[in-house]
Amino acid sequence: METLWPQIERLLAQVTKPARYIGGELGAQVPEHHPDAAAWLLVYPDTYEIGLPNQGLQILYEILNERPDSVAERSYAPWVDMEAAMRAADIPFFSLENHLPARAFDVLAFNLSAELVYTNVLNLIDLAGVPVRADQRDEGDPVVLAGGHCAFNPEPLADFVDCFVLGDGEEVVGEISAVVAAHKQGLPLPGGPVAGAETGSRQALLRTLSQVPGVYVPSCYEATYTEAGPDDPMPGALRLAATTPRYPETPPRVEKRTIADLGEWPYPKQQLVPLIEVVHDRLNVELFRGCTRGCRFCQAGMITRPVRERPADQVRTMVSDGLARTGYDEVALTSLSSADYSGIESTVTSIIEDPACSGQVSVSLPSLRVDAFTVGTAAQIQRVRRTGLTFAPEGGTWRMRQVINKLIREEDLYAAVDAAFSQGWRRVKLYFLIGLPTETDEDTLGIVALAKQCVEIGKRYHKGVAVTASVGGFVPKAQTPFQWFGQNTIEELTRKVHLLKDAARGVRGLTVRWHDPKATAVEGLVSRGDRRMGAVIEQVWRQGGTFQEWSECFELDRWTEALATAGQSLEDAVYRHRTEREPLPWDHLSAGLHRDFLWQDWTDALAAHGLEDCRWTPCYDCGACTGFGIEHVVASAVPPAGGSQGTGQDLSTGGQVPVRFLTTAPSGAAPAPVPVDRAPVSAGERRS
Amino acid sequence: MRLRFRFSKLGKVRFTSQRDVARMWERALRRAELPLAYTEGFSPRPQLGFGLALPTACESLAEYVDVVLDDTRPETASVDVDALPARLSGLLPDGIEVQQAIVVERRATSLQQEVTLCSWTMSFRGLDRQELTTRVASLLAASEVTITRERKGRQVEDDLRPSVLSLTVVDGPDDATGTVELTAELATQPRGVRPVELVRGLMAVAPPSASVDGGPADAVGVPVLDRACRTNQWIERDGDRSEPVALRAVRSDASAGCGLERAS
Repeated sequence: METLWPQIERLLAQVTKPARYIGGELGAQVPEHHPDAAAWLLVYPDTYEIGLPNQGLQILYEILNERPDSVAERSYAPWVDMEAAMRAADIPFFSLENHLPARAFDVLAFNLSAELVYTNVLNLIDLAGVPVRADQRDEGDPVVLAGGHCAFNPEPLADFVDCFVLGDGEEVVGEISAVVAAHKQGLPLPGGPVAGAETGSRQALLRTLSQVPGVYVPSCYEATYTEAGPDDPMPGALRLAATTPRYPETPPRVEKRTIADLGEWPYPKQQLVPLIEVVHDRLNVELFRGCTRGCRFCQAGMITRPVRERPADQVRTMVSDGLARTGYDEVALTSLSSADYSGIESTVTSIIEDPACSGQVSVSLPSLRVDAFTVGTAAQIQRVRRTGLTFAPEGGTWRMRQVINKLIREEDLYAAVDAAFSQGWRRVKLYFLIGLPTETDEDTLGIVALAKQCVEIGKRYHKGVAVTASVGGFVPKAQTPFQWFGQNTIEELTRKVHLLKDAARGVRGLTVRWHDPKATAVEGLVSRGDRRMGAVIEQVWRQGGTFQEWSECFELDRWTEALATAGQSLEDAVYRHRTEREPLPWDHLSAGLHRDFLWQDWTDALAAHGLEDCRWTPCYDCGACTGFGIEHVVASAVPPAGGSQGTGQDLSTGGQVPVRFLTTAPSGAAPAPVPVDRAPVSAGERRS
Repeated sequence: MRLRFRFSKLGKVRFTSQRDVARMWERALRRAELPLAYTEGFSPRPQLGFGLALPTACESLAEYVDVVLDDTRPETASVDVDALPARLSGLLPDGIEVQQAIVVERRATSLQQEVTLCSWTMSFRGLDRQELTTRVASLLAASEVTITRERKGRQVEDDLRPSVLSLTVVDGPDDATGTVELTAELATQPRGVRPVELVRGLMAVAPPSASVDGGPADAVGVPVLDRACRTNQWIERDGDRSEPVALRAVRSDASAGCGLERAS
């Protein structure tokens, strides 16, 4: 295999950010390929700056390079200018370490962290010189594999990807490597010959892989369709009937993989330090995996259960070794809800009091819990650079937050914001979702009411405060209680954005930002699509629609045209509510969650009934632990003092604002300590 | 204490920007556990001063950075300055090699103000030696060479000629790859000239000549800058030239390392 570097080098003077394509990061491994090792190209199908920090990819990169039967290199999507230059010069997609053509690898493994990158996946397979459709690949082509959160509804990519991996990759990549390495050497495959498949053939390889737990091979399954009945909102529409195995050895249902103990996997050991600036450009240490807060909109929280904490001493070692090795001056303690880590306080304190850090290291918790305690911790760790704090109440009213099961009481939110402003922060950012199930205009406008209240709290401490309400349109995801919900239309989301803009107009210190509802619709389209969505994705890609998550590249028209060509519509695929018995495209894939648990949780949501966090309270039997014979790994089974986000708290007062946060109370008159029902929009309203 | 380092930037790492190099230095200095002095204020940063920015994709044998150490810390006095080049080279990415370190006056003139001209070698593709020689002669003979360049995001017209102090086509046979080499001395005051701007100047002095075999005129004569390497930064005072950090005699042949044929 010959390096393409001399040809690549000639292109680099004419493209933007040429250092995206040179490799050479601290921690990069330049492996020597050999005939008995499976060669993996790990691909993040977005720009280098977005993809490089991805921890999942870095973990697998190290594990694969440690194994004797595999080697791994990395690559990222070349930006449009580089892609054009490569195609003009006939240079294929290449790896960053040895600058080898992608086709020279045995496995092209894509990280699927977001749905809008799907057209990039097709583009990169094509740029690699590999047939885009899986059924057109032959013996000489690499296995195209994909993993990551989006793999929990992989059907839209079923035509293009040979194998998907569900769940944690740490263990399963080794099992896949063993199969691929044996196939490469012409040795018998683990599990023996496959009936009806020629020994050594691509089909034998894929059917063997389909028997590895956690691996889903779409070509081993058949999707059948049926006409919708008369009780369907769209009678006569073609609907998925079932997805069933084609072969006797194919498992009818693929279960996700879960590593039981994060402490056994202290990766990445050598986090990559890029030569150019990237997102999350800092040391990242994973505190725990999984989250049982039970926020119903959150796919990550549902599919990564149970909670598995990393031992505190291992966290400390990974932080101190990592800082010394990389020279970074910032470390992020990552997870889905870092403040929930048992002993977060002592962990943080031990880091900032480490003499090696000499007071110049800042620690960040990317996912702050909304309460005053958390802000105290944040104040302690952001001594060095105190810029802005971000909270995610997600819903504008207490009722809305009960529906989505993000049980942040008004009291806790305002206490958190008060603590932030009083401790020196001047900028607070609040994340919200619009288009949630059962949402009324009152709920939507609650976002502005709440944000205004935060501005008022800030004004007590600072002259110039900035509160940003960042509003995203809700996209229902597979394997969550909201998987049956019909997404809000583009028009409806746009109307709600206008409601918010109008309500926030003229409020000094408040900014409303929002995501493009058109992109939200497309995200919804591919999130819950079935195999027929493949034709749509392919047409959009063929029309040049890559980098769809970049607003400068996104065009809705490409998608609506492709939908029309395929005889589909946003109404049916995105906006339609699914019924309880309707077969879903991911029914044969399992994140461990029982379907009846999810349906019950959906029913609870509609009744605005919240659930406490199961790591500290009795089990709801969602299936994630029992199904896999594992359980939560937490150092402390006691919820934080004073309760937290609905657990161990009095929820009957969740929507009430304590008087000390009611800013417009007449001065002098001691306000009676009687809470009101909702955050006041104005003094007039409150008094009436 | 203020330290001044001289370093090279060669090979793949040339595709990183000046800002990237600054960040590489910050991390390397922290890894070396040097007692750095930090700026005051909300967002303290180590006090680093780079000289004239090296354009992305250009190589260099003569880059400089000033680093301020914290004099209030006891470790500062015991820093072994002579050992720093080897130590830091091991902590910086491949292609960045620290050649020398010296202590300079705390209040020494900044590199940006001190340096008056730079020497460059450049190699071109798509232009034969004769063509390049003619263009160089025309440029040197011209009293004014106007080019368009970007300054603070705006296109401005500028006379390049006063900044071009010397320009020589390097003798040698045309090699198989069709590259021709040029050396140049370019003034840095009031503004530096970038190699791509010099190329624009060479284009501006005459229209592209018709190709010998009668092909389209623009098929030849459009020089592609293949490699550019800053070989020296000079401080010129009263006709005498010196470098911010002169290389010790043993390393003085280092400029041979800027061979443009060198594999990267």
